[in-house]
Amino acid sequence: MMASSYNAKEEDGHHSGASSGTGVSKNKKPDNTAFKQQRLPAWQPILTAGSVLPAFFVIGLIFIPIGIGLYVTSNNIKEFEIDYTGVSSDSPCYNCAKNFTWNTTEPCVCTVNFTLHQPFESNVFMYYGLSNFYQNHRRYVKSRDDRQLNGDLSALTDPSKECEPYRKSGDVSIAPCGAIANSLFNDTLVLYYVDSNNSISEIPLVKKGIAWWTDKHVKFRNPAGNSNLTLAFKDTAKPVNWAKPVYELDPSDPENNGFINEDFIVWMRTAALPTFRKLYRIIQKKSGATPTLPNGNYMLNITYNYPVLSFDGRKRMILSTISWMGGKNPFLGIAYITVGSICFFLGVVLLIIHHKYDNRNTSADIPS
Amino acid sequence: MGTVLSYFCHLCGHGNKEEKERCLRANDRTFNLSFRYANNAIKTSKYNIFTFLPLNLFEQFKRLANAYFLFLLILQLIPQISSLSWITTGFALIVVLSITAVKDAIDDINRHKCDRQVNNRKVDVLMDGQLKNEKWMNVQVGDIVKLGNNEFVTADLLLLSSSEPFNLVYVDTAELDGETNLKVKQALTVTGELGDNIEALAAFNGEVRCEPPNNRLDKFKGTLTVNGERYALDNDKVLLRGCTLRNTEWCFGLVIFGGPDTKLMQNSGKSMFKRTSIDHLMNILVLCIFGFLASMCSILTIGNAIWETNEGSVFTMFLPREPGIDAPLASFLIFWSYVIVLNTVIPSSLYVSVELIRLGNSFFINWDRKMYYLKKDTPAQARTTTLNEELGQIKYIFSDKTGTLTQNIMTFNKCSINGKAYGDLYDFSGQRVEITERTERVDFSWNNLADPKFNFHDHSLVEMVRGGNPETQEFFRLLSLCHTVMPEEKKEGELSYQAQSPDEGALVNAARNFGFVFRSRTPETITVVEMGKQVIYELLAILDFNNMRKRMSVIVRSPEGKLTLYCKGADTVIFERLHPSCNKLMEVTTDHLNEYAGDGLRTLVLAYKDLNENYMIDWKQRHHEASVAMEGREEKLDELYEEIEKDMMLLGATAVEDKLQDGVPQTIEQLTKADIKIWVLTGDKQETAENIGYSCNMLREEMKDVFVVSANTAEGVKEELQNARRKMCPEAAEEPSVIKSRVGLFWLKKTETVQDEKVDGDYGLIINGHSLAFALEKNLRLELLRTACMCQTVICCRVTPLQKAQVVQLVKKYKQAVTLAIGDGANDVSMIKAAHIGVGISGQEGMQAVLSSDFSFAQFRYLQRLLLVHGRWSYIRMYKFLGYFFYKNFTFTLVQFWYAFFCGFSAKTVYDEWFITFYNMVYTALPVLGMCLFDQDVNDRWSLQHPELYAPGQKNQYFNKKAFVRYLIHGCYCSLIIFFIPWASMNDAVRNDGKDIVSHPSFAFLLQTCLLAVVHTQLCVDTYYWTAVNHFFVLLSTIGYFAISVTMYSNGMFYVFPSSFPLIGAARNTLNQPIVWLTIFLTFLLCILPVVAFRFIFIQLRPTINDKVRYKMRTEELPAPAPRLPLRRRSTRSGYAFSHSQGYGDLVTSRKFLIKRSTKRAPLFTQTDSSIFQNQPQHYRTIAEEPEEPQSP
Repeated sequence: MMASSYNAKEEDGHHSGASSGTGVSKNKKPDNTAFKQQRLPAWQPILTAGSVLPAFFVIGLIFIPIGIGLYVTSNNIKEFEIDYTGVSSDSPCYNCAKNFTWNTTEPCVCTVNFTLHQPFESNVFMYYGLSNFYQNHRRYVKSRDDRQLNGDLSALTDPSKECEPYRKSGDVSIAPCGAIANSLFNDTLVLYYVDSNNSISEIPLVKKGIAWWTDKHVKFRNPAGNSNLTLAFKDTAKPVNWAKPVYELDPSDPENNGFINEDFIVWMRTAALPTFRKLYRIIQKKSGATPTLPNGNYMLNITYNYPVLSFDGRKRMILSTISWMGGKNPFLGIAYITVGSICFFLGVVLLIIHHKYDNRNTSADIPS
Repeated sequence: MGTVLSYFCHLCGHGNKEEKERCLRANDRTFNLSFRYANNAIKTSKYNIFTFLPLNLFEQFKRLANAYFLFLLILQLIPQISSLSWITTGFALIVVLSITAVKDAIDDINRHKCDRQVNNRKVDVLMDGQLKNEKWMNVQVGDIVKLGNNEFVTADLLLLSSSEPFNLVYVDTAELDGETNLKVKQALTVTGELGDNIEALAAFNGEVRCEPPNNRLDKFKGTLTVNGERYALDNDKVLLRGCTLRNTEWCFGLVIFGGPDTKLMQNSGKSMFKRTSIDHLMNILVLCIFGFLASMCSILTIGNAIWETNEGSVFTMFLPREPGIDAPLASFLIFWSYVIVLNTVIPSSLYVSVELIRLGNSFFINWDRKMYYLKKDTPAQARTTTLNEELGQIKYIFSDKTGTLTQNIMTFNKCSINGKAYGDLYDFSGQRVEITERTERVDFSWNNLADPKFNFHDHSLVEMVRGGNPETQEFFRLLSLCHTVMPEEKKEGELSYQAQSPDEGALVNAARNFGFVFRSRTPETITVVEMGKQVIYELLAILDFNNMRKRMSVIVRSPEGKLTLYCKGADTVIFERLHPSCNKLMEVTTDHLNEYAGDGLRTLVLAYKDLNENYMIDWKQRHHEASVAMEGREEKLDELYEEIEKDMMLLGATAVEDKLQDGVPQTIEQLTKADIKIWVLTGDKQETAENIGYSCNMLREEMKDVFVVSANTAEGVKEELQNARRKMCPEAAEEPSVIKSRVGLFWLKKTETVQDEKVDGDYGLIINGHSLAFALEKNLRLELLRTACMCQTVICCRVTPLQKAQVVQLVKKYKQAVTLAIGDGANDVSMIKAAHIGVGISGQEGMQAVLSSDFSFAQFRYLQRLLLVHGRWSYIRMYKFLGYFFYKNFTFTLVQFWYAFFCGFSAKTVYDEWFITFYNMVYTALPVLGMCLFDQDVNDRWSLQHPELYAPGQKNQYFNKKAFVRYLIHGCYCSLIIFFIPWASMNDAVRNDGKDIVSHPSFAFLLQTCLLAVVHTQLCVDTYYWTAVNHFFVLLSTIGYFAISVTMYSNGMFYVFPSSFPLIGAARNTLNQPIVWLTIFLTFLLCILPVVAFRFIFIQLRPTINDKVRYKMRTEELPAPAPRLPLRRRSTRSGYAFSHSQGYGDLVTSRKFLIKRSTKRAPLFTQTDSSIFQNQPQHYRTIAEEPEEPQSP
């Protein structure tokens, strides 16, 4: 070891001992570091049959069970969806949809009957779904003022220019300003259970706990400094399309009123795609063994305020249970099963290729 | 401020009038100032504190890429268009600009420092009758300055007087042209008389008229008028700035050119800017991407127009149109909005990263110990940092011979004296024995003046000399007398010689060892110690060497009074001038000469002639008349020389070995294996060049034929070329197949490519300079190129520097191949500049080649490492970088394109703005840099072991338009997966607490995470060489992404800047969902698995050479060192001429050298351990790399 390392030095040009001691100090010889000599220790993986083939099989073997699990879970989730837009003339809401005008004093109410064939266990979530609604349009998305929504007093009276044309109403600034707030979904949905002897009972819908915690507690805040919301918003106007000002969104509960009204918060979280669903109400699980929503007939009472027909939009009401993976999602399960199978199949194909060709090529001589 | 003023004055002065003639008067500042000549202050810096920002920014925005991003930035400031906040582009632009600005600033600060240091050097200036110590920058034209020994010359000076006899001064011009040997300058006698008499100097009022400032180092023309007399001035009387005074106690000079006007500064102009073929390709690709971008934007604009009419117009209830913008205008604006959104296909960091990678690779070249030459303490140097990857694509190498392939060191090897050959060893059976290091050397200890480093192996020669054989003694006497070597004896008995040509030094040194020691000389005498006895010869004349005469003679008178002419020269010349009685000897000698030439040795023939005293007196008289003649001096002298150099008696011949540099044959073999064609372009004679061709393995015995083209007419050359071609490839068409195409930006450049033709078997071509001149004519050049390219080896001899460049340009133009020129001398500069890559050998012939080169190192053999290792790596790194970079940004950008179909073509970005800002500069910058700085597919030893690994680079197989399309498609595929898998799985999805998740921030965050997972994994798949740094960078970027995301979406950031960070909670609320992770995992596998499968299949079915070597590297131990090559020899007749030009003869005879010097002064020629005396036998070291680590047994 000693001898050979000495030799290496010798070859490198260091004649230890032979040369005078002074010469070594300052020459231009580059440093012998692994970095500078590009000899850093390194892991050099290459694609060999030994690593690639097992990887494919293992991925296949992992994906297929996950896929099956996902598929089964998704199938166990109960979901019921009903379109109440009222496009066709036989729809109960046809009239409401047809005769819609803003600023009608008389709200139009329609009732949709439906039947659940299976009982819904556990908590049931009630969503409204909109289609062909471009909440993700660039101009729509930016038409809001986060400072105002966060309770910033200066922004309350002088909202950002992004809110145009819903920034000011006359000289008074609009709170909440912007197109998003202005187009707040304002249908009211009430669900009734019609039991076997035709008696109708209203199902209690919980309207709190439907927004993200961060939104409710951090992002949205009522203007500070005034516990009375009416006073806090006194210098502002309500959005053009709104029937009531923001401080009357939920007069019954001060924790759910103004900017921190959860319906409002949910709406303000803009959807990424033109078809989306938003959580509307939660139907709490009943104590005991009775299902939250037993199978049977139901009545959905809709106060039809929200116009979508003009732009060919659709409105839906969705009832769904959830699991650890969220709502019904057949795609992921199928995708996992498919990808897993393809991996497995590819593994077999690669194995065959490897067997047929490997010896012929990689270990063949390199022409020199 | 003063510098600025003077700078502007200087500018004004230049602007007002072009200087036609410089007129100045010594010691008359007022007179000289009227011309407003530049003073001696120099300014190489570009900026000062106030001008830096505007000027630097202006410079930077002149670059197209920067200007483009500025344009984007302006677009983003228009609210109707702005789809992204200006920060996204602004941040990148600011980073790019500031990196460049910092680099420029550092450069400029260094220049400032340099300037200040130089400007503040002190020098003695004669002012008001006395010497004053002044700063350099205050020296004015017309001042008289005094320089001391070892001082730098202040400005371009007219030498007035010096401490040395005959007003000589010695200067070292290393800083000017890199040549380390001393040069002699001599003052006019009229000024020399002034001496160091300060009063006389102060009163000196000579007037100089000379040419205006220019950059020609070797020319100066002017007149000096002193007291009404005019004296001519030439280059010999001028000391140039940049030189150093040596061995001269003091000298006085008159400043002629100061500061920026000096030849040094005039020469420091920018050289031509070279760009690599990848640069050109990149420009084209960027243009293609622009087209791609424009078409994407157009599609989206059309989409927007349709959407606006169908959906937007009815959606106005919730989203009213902006006032004053109707549907068509909105669509038009959308085009620009999408230009902003999609501009990330051409990220601004591309150019910066490319430069960084090249810079890194240049540093690796500078740092390589295996290209460091200990003997000269020279590391390799990448002088241009922007050409690295082209080193991996070289197809043609043009090499100089002397000093490049050979060491330019001569060793006395063999001789033939009076018909008997010495120098070879024979064994008992009469077989020649190979001389190796172990062969017993001749003992020269009987001669206490012998050079201990001298090697000789044939004992018989020593015995002959010591035995008193008269011919042998006369032979060595001639060698010790007939030369222009300068001796230096620092200590008694320690002699060293300074010779103008290494051949001559070798011969004198040989004579010294054989007992004829040249000891010292005066203008009239030569002192030789002959076999221990001092003999002083009277030197009557030196008939100096020049290229026409090809011989030199001396006429000496021995102490006994015998007059002899000793002559040595090329055989062809000497044989013509021999006495008829030598015919027989001549035949024998010719045989020996043939043998020597066959061994690749340089030969000289020696002859002498006894002269008659009376004739000599007459001749001497005529010689004197001729040498003072004003007209036709040269011709008259030539006639006289011709007259006396005849009827000479032949003594014998010497054979000097022109040693090849270490490892040249191996290097050439390696490069040939790498499919690189090597052309030797040399100024040497055909025979010499041919011999070197054989000895360095370029021409081989097994070659089918070696064609020689040496015709003297255009027709002859054409015929010879055609014959050669027909022989090599009889079936080839008569007309060369030229492919015409258009390439370059906008396809403006027309190219013509001559196709390679298949030839079986190896051929060589040797073409002479005069034939080459015809062959390079317009009508023959294609013929030349075709024939030459069919040959394995091409040697052009007797070529001029211009022809060298022409040959390079010919290949460059018609082969569209990357060329490299390597050389060491001033005559190679033109070809170094013409080739794509110029390599300078920092060798014996000075630095001019190095100064104009792109890469430099000390030994030819380092070329294989530079190309096969560094070049290949650089190319691979660059292609990997570009490929990955394009892929990464296509994937990134195309996702936005798909999203457009779901957001009403409204130019809404799918990502968070901060992500767009950071994507290229932060999240993905480091890993790709790490990969592209450290990646090696196979390590250096395997690269050298398998030179064929180099071939893919030459053909540009890795990165071309096809590969680019492949990256585009790959990016397209990945972007589809990255968008549509999350889209499908997130559509209508909710969180596991029932709340909705498909809000824009969550979706964006999901896509971003998928994207980064995919591009980082792709990088991991591409990385072959995982150092700790790579691991760290990848890890850092991944962790950094999550850390930055969580920070940006945190409550704190939102509280501080609610409008800048509105996406609060997106990371937290998204990452805690299993469905998100399942989606990320699925997306990522769908992007990566096909790549892995494809690569695996390709490795299995059609493995590339790289795959094979990598596989072999994994399964086998380190490669065995390449087998040692036996030295092949071949006999060819060689006629040899001296390798130098005009000799020192003039100086010797005109007493212009040092007669007697006091010992305390430094010696005239300090180079004591001159390489001439490194007389070890030649052995070729196998340079398959010295093992660095000990190989355990």
